[in-house]
Amino acid sequence: MRETPLSNCERDFLLKSIEAKKRLDGRQTYDYRNIKITFGTDYGCCTVCLGKTRVLAQVSCELVPPKDARPTEGLMFFNLELSPMASPGFQSNRQSELLVTLNRQLERCLRNSRCIDTESLCVISGEKVWQIRVDVHVLNHDGNLMDAASVAAISALSHFKRPEVAIQGRDVTVFSPEERDPVPLSVYHMPICVSFAFFQQGTYLLVDPCEKEEQVMDGLLVIAMNKHREICFIQSSGGIMLLKDQVLRCSKIASVKVSEITELISKALENDKRVRKEGGKFGFAESVAKERITVLTREEAPLEMTDVQATADEIISKADAPPEVVPSPVIVATGTGQVGEGLQSTWGLEDDDDEEEEMSDLTEREKKKDEVMVISDSEEEEVVILNQAGQSKCS
Amino acid sequence: MDIIHSCFKAQIGEVVLPGDVFRFNVSSVEDDSSVKAEKIICGPGLRRNGDEIQVYKSGILRHKQPNLYWIDSQQKRYVPVKGESVIGIVTAKTGDIFKVDVGSSEQASLSYLAFEGATKRNRPNVQVGDLVYAQFIIANKDMEPELVCIDSCGRANGMGVFGADGLLFKVSLGLVRRLLSPQSEIVKDLEKIFPFEMVVGLNGRVWIKAKTIQQTLIVANLLESCENMTAQQRQALFKRVADGAL
Repeated sequence: MRETPLSNCERDFLLKSIEAKKRLDGRQTYDYRNIKITFGTDYGCCTVCLGKTRVLAQVSCELVPPKDARPTEGLMFFNLELSPMASPGFQSNRQSELLVTLNRQLERCLRNSRCIDTESLCVISGEKVWQIRVDVHVLNHDGNLMDAASVAAISALSHFKRPEVAIQGRDVTVFSPEERDPVPLSVYHMPICVSFAFFQQGTYLLVDPCEKEEQVMDGLLVIAMNKHREICFIQSSGGIMLLKDQVLRCSKIASVKVSEITELISKALENDKRVRKEGGKFGFAESVAKERITVLTREEAPLEMTDVQATADEIISKADAPPEVVPSPVIVATGTGQVGEGLQSTWGLEDDDDEEEEMSDLTEREKKKDEVMVISDSEEEEVVILNQAGQSKCS
Repeated sequence: MDIIHSCFKAQIGEVVLPGDVFRFNVSSVEDDSSVKAEKIICGPGLRRNGDEIQVYKSGILRHKQPNLYWIDSQQKRYVPVKGESVIGIVTAKTGDIFKVDVGSSEQASLSYLAFEGATKRNRPNVQVGDLVYAQFIIANKDMEPELVCIDSCGRANGMGVFGADGLLFKVSLGLVRRLLSPQSEIVKDLEKIFPFEMVVGLNGRVWIKAKTIQQTLIVANLLESCENMTAQQRQALFKRVADGAL
């Protein structure tokens, strides 16, 4: 089945609303949708929900002979799949352009950044090494697959444990999990992709575009970064001319987002570890809220309800020094972590004041008020250059 | 007649699942000469198989006097049905027909002569990407569905190209049917908040246009959130919006 085409009226409306700094789901320019990370009962199995986008990653391993050029290094293999389940427009056995791009980006993000210690995967030099295989399946497509896939893959890799092996002479014994505790992979750092959609030849920028926004965007910039603010890869597609300032600004936004997502992943991992240790119940089934019909649930759409201009002025007049607002991930059920609760934005980066749930979160808005960041060509904001080490790594 | 109806009666308004069966004894109905042979009509989700009626969709069993039964289900994928009015997106112009996407498995065709006042000389102005409100004239499983933008008298009757601006979005088919039902409270409640234009297609597409972009977005988000809310929740939400927005 072919993909639903985008009508002229949707395109016009989206562009107009982006110009007016509004998004379809009531988010702000720099807001991510809710991220939810859930681990399965097996090690190395992880689903990530990014709004309605849903991605499953599964890590597996096997013993293989190494490559001749690198006899002491383990192998990493990445495979991303788009099934018709995700979107009726996807065909299961066709190499679409999107599929190739996503696979390549995932590989660049996770293999080329050397976030996994491949040397520790060597069993017998030149003969047997572990091959780590990461399968990423897209379960539902609502835009920004790359970010969801990268979060899912790195979370699954950090969660994964390979069987313990013992070497006696030439004999390799692989122990089952019951005999000896499996060992986790050594993850040096967690590269996470952050996507920026550009509209009107780069005049407008949105973080975490949804599917419809992706259909009207002019260009896409994907930055993979770790929490040490090192850029692991950067890719601009769509052929738009970006200014140096814009790229720097994006990398600055990315660093904020990445630190938040990294914190969320480590919270989710910690939570899962704790539950497993305590012998509690874990896995996907446990993280489903009970006695609720889940099939038709959708996240409650944040609505703009109050008259905008009046409150904005009031807030500006009341605003005082902005403290550091770091959202703390919420643990909804065992084995999960989640940032944001749908209704109000809990991201640190807050800009426009034209959205308000209720007057009661006025105090919170005051705090955020001074962190305004506006993207446009004319800019007076100071440009901060990220650390040089990170820049040199950018491939 | 009562024999047939009695097997449904207990379940009206209840949730039924695929595989549920309603049994009645044909011979006893026919033998009973005192009652006239009465027909019942199986709507969507029900199918007759010999002595029994099988359910093949999950949803709520509905009944309309005198003899109509159907299942009110909440699916998202549209299947064309003859006579239903839908919102389509024109995807291609090929010779004398337009290809229109209606959200079903196959694209529908729309002849350029099927517009009000269109002749071979006087072609309607339809561009690729335009929205059309049209009606199915042919819809069956073996043939390409065909749309028309005129009624049997050749009048537009509200159909045709529309949507210069405004927002198009998708909701479930169940919600669309609820919006269109004459006793629907949703639209009545919604239009109290502020005025807006709305086109609802039975294929789950809804087009909204209000005075400003923000108002359009509010209406669209409200409609989407109506999907799974009780009447009380909905009224409470609408009241909050009305208080805040006005």
